[in-house]
Amino acid sequence: MAKTALQFRHNGRDVAIFVDGGVNLLLALRELIGDMTPKFGCGQGGCGACSVLIDGELHLSCLTLAETVAGRSVETLESMKDGPNLHPLQRAFADNFAAQCGYCTPGMLMAAKALLDRNPQPSRAEVVEAISGNICRCTGYEPIINAVLAASASRARA
Amino acid sequence: MLELRKDIFADERDDNLKEIGKGTQRQDMLGHVTGTSTYFDDHKLQGMLHLKVLRSAHPHARLRRIDTSEADRAPGVRRIIRGSDVPRNLNTLLSLINFGKDDEPTLAVDKVRYKGEPIVAVVADSPLEAFEAIAKIRVDYEPLPAVFDVEEALKPGAPVVNETYPKNTFTYHERYDHQKLRFGDVERGFAESDHVLEQRYQMSPIEHAPTETNGSIAAPDTNGRYVVYTSTQALFFSLDTCAKILDVPSNTFHFIGGTVGGGFGGKVDTLTEPLAILGAMLTGRPVRYVLGREEEMQYGPPRGAERIFIKDGVKRDGRIVARKITAYFDSGAYTRLSSYAVVKCAAHLPGPYTIPNVYGDIYCVFTNRTPATAMRGFGVTGMDFAIECQMDKLAHLVGIDPMEFRIINAYRDGDMKAHRREAKNTALIECVQVAADKAKWPLREEFKRMSSRKEGGGARAEIPPTPREPVASRPAPAQQRTSYDRGIAMPASEQRPVAPPPPPAPPSPPAAPSHGATRFSSVFGTRRR
Repeated sequence: MAKTALQFRHNGRDVAIFVDGGVNLLLALRELIGDMTPKFGCGQGGCGACSVLIDGELHLSCLTLAETVAGRSVETLESMKDGPNLHPLQRAFADNFAAQCGYCTPGMLMAAKALLDRNPQPSRAEVVEAISGNICRCTGYEPIINAVLAASASRARA
Repeated sequence: MLELRKDIFADERDDNLKEIGKGTQRQDMLGHVTGTSTYFDDHKLQGMLHLKVLRSAHPHARLRRIDTSEADRAPGVRRIIRGSDVPRNLNTLLSLINFGKDDEPTLAVDKVRYKGEPIVAVVADSPLEAFEAIAKIRVDYEPLPAVFDVEEALKPGAPVVNETYPKNTFTYHERYDHQKLRFGDVERGFAESDHVLEQRYQMSPIEHAPTETNGSIAAPDTNGRYVVYTSTQALFFSLDTCAKILDVPSNTFHFIGGTVGGGFGGKVDTLTEPLAILGAMLTGRPVRYVLGREEEMQYGPPRGAERIFIKDGVKRDGRIVARKITAYFDSGAYTRLSSYAVVKCAAHLPGPYTIPNVYGDIYCVFTNRTPATAMRGFGVTGMDFAIECQMDKLAHLVGIDPMEFRIINAYRDGDMKAHRREAKNTALIECVQVAADKAKWPLREEFKRMSSRKEGGGARAEIPPTPREPVASRPAPAQQRTSYDRGIAMPASEQRPVAPPPPPAPPSPPAAPSHGATRFSSVFGTRRR
């Protein structure tokens, strides 16, 4: 199968890969780049486990054709930490017990980051709306909502 | 008796185990929030192949012919696996504890019994090539009449789903077609009641829908063994199941797991590991077998559907005096764990209430539906749904507050439960009181003052006379012996209470139960030590 050269920014680094036609961004990230933080849950845009930021905007990587990110910037959970230090959202998720099996957590955190980046002081309703595309089958939504609000509050104090 | 050597590492131990209310952090939290927790599918292995299965298009059909010749030649195909390639192509999960007969093939050979049953596996260089090869396999089906309803399945002349169990019911202790509970005389209880209420409840199958689908990766290890990364919830159970199906010693495998992307009971069936390992054995390469979302939803085993009939007799003062339950658990086409769910259900009757006359018949029924499995309290949850709906209706019927109605009937310490064990450490009354308080539900003072520790026992500790039923002639297998049964003095007028029947006199001290019986005491009815 003919492969297409693809160059983009991945977590602040320039990367270049060759992809098969039709390959989605999730597979490109996991299998070709080796970034395992976005998860496969459904491959149909139904669960949000594969959520990533493209040029700062929240996207489902399983529904994004890999070739469409050429020249753009893709951000995953891998880049959220600042060196050894957790991002305030990561700290808040841990402190608020906002992860159980952990499988939805990467997508949840990206959805939460996309929200706080554009709206640092969201209301509870805005948090609920922001994570409404992410399924947590352990159904730990309350701690997740609390964590996002706590991260927002801690940033406001800082 | 196990001796705990507390002197070893004494300076490193903390015997203060008071953890409740502390909010101790999970040990895997850091991995979860940084995305570094390693799930089975996060392993990338050199030369990894991909396995997909062809699934039955019919709920019940004879397989006349399976033609894989075109698929064999399809691009990227490394190996096609058929039922005849599986060393022991018949298994039942609980055979590991000697419970039930082998009834389920890894790959169907002569017959399919539910829509979506695996027939052929294809190992290929990529998932896409595996799917394309599967589309080239031709299966000649002879559709058979199917049965999807538990009560229909028990009627004479119903299609036989699974030839291992020709009556379409699981066989307990090699002779019983259901689990039976008899305590007192329900018919007399109904006659003495002011109201009798009979209702039918129907549960649906429920898919666990874990965010991570079932799957595993098996790879030849450097020491002649196979390393298996898996989503299983039951690592050693799956390991032993694979050893049986593949007919090798269990130390052939090194299973790595424990980080599970949501299970809820849906990842105990060892759905993918045997074929992934067999693929690795036959190709010498790492093989990955992961269910897609559609496969997980359609063919992943759900919580089994239950049909429950409850007939209760209640007095005007709110006391339930008789409860008769008939329930049918839909096991689907194979046993998996439904046999065990039925045992749990029978042990749970009549719910957390003291009722002097109880009658229960619980059936594990085979139908041409997706095999059911474990899910969060299976065997008990569905029955509790029915019982608690019934409690609300009964409370309404006698005009008593539903919370107070539950307190009136709640079991208390010292009461005799229907399966002939004394109720201990009961707390239903306290639970209702707390729930009422939290919900700002008004309880009358006398109900606020009631306690599970008071007014139990006495007449409530007695085992009522129980009418005799025809006794089966064959002696019970040894595994049914329970230390509990020995402890109950049975008056001559007393009848055989429950299946399993009372055993012969025990040795003293009691013989140790078999290996499996200790761990799975609820399956066999042995007492936990």
